[in-house]
Amino acid sequence: MPRPAAVSLGGVSKHYAVPGGPGVTALAPIDLDVHPGEFVSLIGPSGCGKSTLLRIIGDLVQATEGQVLVNGKPAHQARLDRDYGIVFQDPVLYDWRTVARNISLPLEMLGWDRQRRASRVAEMLDLVELGGFEGHYPWQLSGGMQQRVSIARALSFSPALLLMDEPFGALDEMTRERLNGELLRIWQQSGCTIVFVTHSITEAVFLSTRVVVMSARPGRVIGIVEIDVPQPRTVDTREEPRFFELVTEVRERLRKGGAAEALAEEELLLVEEER
Amino acid sequence: MLARRRVRGVLAFVTVLIGLVALWEGYRAIGQSTGLTWPFPVNERSMPHIHHILGQLFEPSRRNGPPLVTVLLQAALFTAREAALGFVLGASTGFVLGVALAHSRLLERGLLPYIVASQTIPILAIAPMVVVWLGAGLFSVAIIAAYLTFFPVTINTLRGLRSADPRAHELMDSYAANRRSVLWKLRVPASMPYLFTALKISAPASVVGAIIGELPSSIQGGLGGAILNYNQYYITSPASLWATNVVAAALGISFFGVVLLAERLVVHRAPEHVA
Amino acid sequence: MSLQPVVFPGRRYRAGRRARDWGPAVVVLVSGIGSWQGLVTALDIQRFLLPKPTEILSALRENWSFLWGAGWYTFGEAVGGFVIGGALAIATALALARWPPLGRALLPYAIAANAIPIIAFAPIFNNWFGLINPVSKMAMAAVLAFFPVMINMLRGLTSVHPSSIELMRSYAAGEAATFRRVRIPNSLPFLFSGLKVASVLAMIGAVVSQYFGGLRSTSLGLFIKEKAALAFFPEAWAAIVVASVLGVAFYLAIVLVERSALRWHPSVRGVRAE
Repeated sequence: MPRPAAVSLGGVSKHYAVPGGPGVTALAPIDLDVHPGEFVSLIGPSGCGKSTLLRIIGDLVQATEGQVLVNGKPAHQARLDRDYGIVFQDPVLYDWRTVARNISLPLEMLGWDRQRRASRVAEMLDLVELGGFEGHYPWQLSGGMQQRVSIARALSFSPALLLMDEPFGALDEMTRERLNGELLRIWQQSGCTIVFVTHSITEAVFLSTRVVVMSARPGRVIGIVEIDVPQPRTVDTREEPRFFELVTEVRERLRKGGAAEALAEEELLLVEEER
Repeated sequence: MLARRRVRGVLAFVTVLIGLVALWEGYRAIGQSTGLTWPFPVNERSMPHIHHILGQLFEPSRRNGPPLVTVLLQAALFTAREAALGFVLGASTGFVLGVALAHSRLLERGLLPYIVASQTIPILAIAPMVVVWLGAGLFSVAIIAAYLTFFPVTINTLRGLRSADPRAHELMDSYAANRRSVLWKLRVPASMPYLFTALKISAPASVVGAIIGELPSSIQGGLGGAILNYNQYYITSPASLWATNVVAAALGISFFGVVLLAERLVVHRAPEHVA
Repeated sequence: MSLQPVVFPGRRYRAGRRARDWGPAVVVLVSGIGSWQGLVTALDIQRFLLPKPTEILSALRENWSFLWGAGWYTFGEAVGGFVIGGALAIATALALARWPPLGRALLPYAIAANAIPIIAFAPIFNNWFGLINPVSKMAMAAVLAFFPVMINMLRGLTSVHPSSIELMRSYAAGEAATFRRVRIPNSLPFLFSGLKVASVLAMIGAVVSQYFGGLRSTSLGLFIKEKAALAFFPEAWAAIVVASVLGVAFYLAIVLVERSALRWHPSVRGVRAE
């Protein structure tokens, strides 16, 4: 298992130029350090650029200014070296491949031989508790199961870093809480660093070692909350007093950060910037 | 349960078949008894009995000759060879062209309007000239079939290659995939449903192209020649021409059926929902 | 999800964009025609299939009165068939959508019938309606137009999201109202898809069915066949040019109607700036 990666963002900003206009600033300069093995959540109102920031870390979008280092290398090199796996809100599974072949996709591209691929796929299916579903097609699985396949695929080549963009956003609350617990278990077993984007405060607090709070557009880091709730976290953790305190603290930071209203986990409110 | 649905399906099929035959014979009976002349005069010549048409197949095709069905099946095979060759040529050209256009915007902008315009040339109208120019034979007729095939295949391949979810592309980026991998692992599989839609249109069109191609020249061996031949004998034996058309119809349907079968094997998608 | 602003760019930008989009095509056209003329002259290619563009033009001029008359007549046969076939197709699709069991039973037949080489029935239509009667050609155009329109419209009428139907039920709306407010509007894009295909097929059908015979003074198809048999290729090509232009005009007319009828559809609406 490779050593978990660190991520270092220095003065990273993103500006979209539009012909015949002033353009849009999605991200104001951001400085952030993610330590190896951490679980960091990015939370903020809709449109604050947290997904853009995630994609900048993954070199899927280029920053307008600033430096991004992943695993000690520029983000571009880290991508070429396959240092990270990514999970989107949509499972993005390939309809024409079975579950097993979906998970083995990155392994095929890395040139692994068939036997090695098969044994790793079996391992991953056990990890996400989907043993027995190898031959199924994505449309035969529920949303939660598809997302688990997506996670298995992201981890199949044991990346040092896992980027997750609101992976449980489309699921119901029960499934979501259960998958949260599973994700923590998987995190501890694989030992990678995770950067996690979400708009749910309880999810961010439950999962993370640190929560990074962002403002409305143009996105800025307006606060970082250390989550000192001990591991391993269980269902009961959600009912501890310290948990509620931290949730409240995050909510306060969000409110102060220029958001028109506080984010509730049950509601997603669209935030308009005051001009 | 599935068996019961299958039985019901077969029953419906047979019922409709009987219904169509009844419609034919019924219209004929009414038409003849009332002396109907609009839209066309109804008599033994214009609407032979269904059983006459089918029976004619087993009559000798000419004095002391082989039964009609043998002659027609040989003609069908002749035409099928031309159509199949043209179909394969057209489909492969179309596919390669589609891939080329998908990769180069310049090529697309330069060539696509003409590819579209090429279809405004009624190829069936210039079939006589093509066959005369290239010399009547298997190849020249196949060219006509190929022309009819390549356009839908090109357009649909182009659309299909572009149809993949942008996030599936991002996933490929995160694997630092090269263009060849993206093409063969993502874009081509994604284009399969579109490709088969085009092939389902082109397969019967190839048959039409082959038949028309045989008409003007001295190609006697195929269904086109048979149609012209039995058209001359329509006064004495209308059932023969009808029988020829039945065989031509069967040829078209079987070409379509082969593509349908291939689609079932290659494309595994969720069934379309119909309200 | 990455941020993509929606902005409508200024006029100068649009003009530049247009040149970039169409420039290559124009270049190909000009160089294509130029090299066609040049090659045929230079290599002295026998006028077998590819007469010089200039020769085709003079053939057009010489035979103009015939081509103009026969062209419009043939076009009339195509349009007549298109209207008949299209109307029957729409009625059939509505009926099949209204009574789904009928639709399900007939659908495999419709799909199979679509694969039949209809053009093979041209001699039979000539026998039914008369060789020189335009109805025999219209019948061919009608049958060719029927299937694409019917199949597409049926798909449009039935591929409605189940939630829309449930919404109508919750308003206690009857079948007729559901048809009027949900199914028919939903089917319009599909209908126009089918109409566009049908227009092309109708024109081709009219011309090709004339190969099997027709009134000489009004048949483009017969003219093409006879000129080709005599190796008068510039004349044959001139007639084909006329047929193509009329066919394209037919198609474009339908596109225009589609633009105004489907103003709300994404394929007709404006494009987001990238």
